[in-house]
Amino acid sequence: MKYVDEFRRGDIARGMAAHIHTLVQPDRQYRLMEFCGGHTHAIARYGLTGLLPDNIRLIHGPGCPVCVLPIGRVDSAIELALRPDVILCSYGDTLRVPASNKMSLYQARAKGADVRMVYSTSDALQIARDNPHKQVVFFAIGFETTTPPTALALIQARQEKLANFSVFCNHVLTPPAMRHLLAAGDAVQLDGFIGPSHVSTVIGSAPYAAVAAEFAKPVVIAGFEPLDVLQSVAMLVEQINAGRTEVETQFTRAVTAQGNAKARSLVAQTMTLRDSFEWRGLGQVPHSALAIHPDFAEFDAELRFALAYRHVPDHKACECGAILRGQKRPQDCKVFAIVCNPDNPLGSCMVSSEGACAAHYHYGRFVEGQPA
Amino acid sequence: MCLAMPVRISQLLPDDMAVVDMDGVSREVSVALIDTPQEGDYVILHVGYAIGKLDAEEAARTLALMDQLAASQSEATP
Amino acid sequence: MSKSYSRPLDLKHGLVNLTHGSGGRAMAQLVSELFAAEFANDWLAQGNDQAILPPPGGRIAIATDSHVISPLFFPGGDIGSLAVHGTVNDLAMGGATPLYLSAGFILEEGLPLADLARIVRSMAAAARTAGVAIVTGDTKVVERGKGDGVFISTTGVGVVADGVNLSGDQARPGDVILLSGTLGDHGMAVMSQREGLGFASPILSDSAALHTLAAALLAACPGLRLMRDPTRGGLATTLNEIAQQSGVGMRLQENAIPVQASVRAACEFLGLDPLYIANEGKLVAICPAEQAAAALAALQAHPLGQQAAIIGQVVADAHQFVRVETDFGGERLLDWLSGEMLPRIC
Repeated sequence: MKYVDEFRRGDIARGMAAHIHTLVQPDRQYRLMEFCGGHTHAIARYGLTGLLPDNIRLIHGPGCPVCVLPIGRVDSAIELALRPDVILCSYGDTLRVPASNKMSLYQARAKGADVRMVYSTSDALQIARDNPHKQVVFFAIGFETTTPPTALALIQARQEKLANFSVFCNHVLTPPAMRHLLAAGDAVQLDGFIGPSHVSTVIGSAPYAAVAAEFAKPVVIAGFEPLDVLQSVAMLVEQINAGRTEVETQFTRAVTAQGNAKARSLVAQTMTLRDSFEWRGLGQVPHSALAIHPDFAEFDAELRFALAYRHVPDHKACECGAILRGQKRPQDCKVFAIVCNPDNPLGSCMVSSEGACAAHYHYGRFVEGQPA
Repeated sequence: MCLAMPVRISQLLPDDMAVVDMDGVSREVSVALIDTPQEGDYVILHVGYAIGKLDAEEAARTLALMDQLAASQSEATP
Repeated sequence: MSKSYSRPLDLKHGLVNLTHGSGGRAMAQLVSELFAAEFANDWLAQGNDQAILPPPGGRIAIATDSHVISPLFFPGGDIGSLAVHGTVNDLAMGGATPLYLSAGFILEEGLPLADLARIVRSMAAAARTAGVAIVTGDTKVVERGKGDGVFISTTGVGVVADGVNLSGDQARPGDVILLSGTLGDHGMAVMSQREGLGFASPILSDSAALHTLAAALLAACPGLRLMRDPTRGGLATTLNEIAQQSGVGMRLQENAIPVQASVRAACEFLGLDPLYIANEGKLVAICPAEQAAAALAALQAHPLGQQAAIIGQVVADAHQFVRVETDFGGERLLDWLSGEMLPRIC
């Protein structure tokens, strides 16, 4: 696989890890948050933690859209799916997310709901065309990377006058969440961020500049292959050593300062910033999510079905909140791998393989000697 | 957070669609989000949409830098 | 069997309807003109409700398997050949020589008879190649919308030679783990045909009968502990099952596990891991270390095992973990499959 395999070479990884060992100052701690679940997954999948010096600690952040989706929003999706006139289309990632009353979209399907897994928004549009007598709702989740395809679907639906199509919009934004983490007084001390490159392919690296400057933290926009992650760690260590707090890009092969102007413009036409949005584990985060733009109100499932948001507290024993904020590690949670496991997830961090808990359960558990 | 991969545009189709391929596997994707897609371009693919172009020169530069760092270490620690 | 029906079965344009499962004349016609004609053997020809078979001379192995697959036809096979291979392989993994199969068909009203004929012919061809006879069967028809075209259940009977005692609980620390070829071909061939995932690929299912490969391995490696075919849940699930049964751990070398480039690419497209994808023509074998070289040579000498490889070792581990050494010198856990294998976007 061109542009993939070259960035997965074990021999180069060992050389780069040795380079990082020479860079770190032994008397110093480097607490780096990889904001994005994709990085969490890569770090776990390739065992990168074991290659790094002990004084570099990688902290898993809240960048897994499934993990930060609050229960109330999944409840609303389930409520929609259970309506006999609705076909709910969703990416595969959301189907197993636990909601209230031990429900999930999978359970809803078993109860007769018409839930269709789609790979792309264009599949959801096709389902709407093929089922003119049904209401077809696209359950939109994801960060800035996943948002432009939803924007295109809205534009396409309007062009085609697809009256039976609507979007339940749950798109969230990365920089406001990063700002929120840094602003919280009780947050774990962080020395720098490994930033998500696919988000920046769309929004560019520039939106992080204000956060980096305001909180004096370096950010490196990093690719998702293991060598990309290692190089980004090296770049952060160098910034920290030099006392620099800049936004740098490691994933220069697809990230520019401005990102994808065409994609950003489509999003601006079709969606609008919400005043506030609840993130699982983080609570209400101001200006951190998008709603359907008033110009596209006819395709807004929240309006069409008069969905009312209800806050639902997380399971009492679940530490997803503290884990997403970087205050606790999965193995610090009392229910981790005991009552909460990938077959029966209590919290959202165990659902997606990108979630900090699922990644640790699948890939790193034996290091701690935890029983299965 | 967002699973995306580099793929090569092998054929442009009408309506902002294109065939992309990787190692003999191909699929139809949308190129509506990028400017002036060309056959032979590598793009970053996410949920059926090309979200950006891949800059081959920058990729080569990154790889060269990685090789150089790794090589300097293997010389330093025989 | 020489009954004449007023009109022959319309295998070109006809559809399955409820009379084909009613026990009446239409069903008898379907059985005689399609099933008995294609499967052609003395036991079926007798037209009895059971097949009475000669004593096989050894311990009897029996295995049963139900086959549901969408789409019914996929690159490299179809539900018919799969129904034969699946059950033959279940027998073969126990060291049995497969002899006879039964076949139960649940047909959905509206299934084109042409599709059914294609499936039955493929099944007959697979059985002939595997040297097994389909000696008894059953047909039911369910209303339209209550089936997925056709479901096929097959039960197989085989015979195991004295002295062959393969079982999932026999893996011991120090043993060597072998795999007969590339992973994920069947699962990705099927997925490439699924609506919505629509990708084109040259990937063919590996669906095949493994009994001659198994026999060659057994002959070369008398100390063989066990064999298993990594079907649903893939290699990861199969090895976890064995680790639990035997009370051992396993350590695999990731770069030793063969996966075709196109399968890796397709997995990358969908966010899936080839180690969890289904196979229908591969076997995993565990043998004592001193016989591993002979075992590997025997596998590689067989047409179905040319890409066989030693992929890891059995180790002592109270947690019964299956671990993979990555190319990075790190380790990761290869866990049971959780939930359904779903394509991911994140």
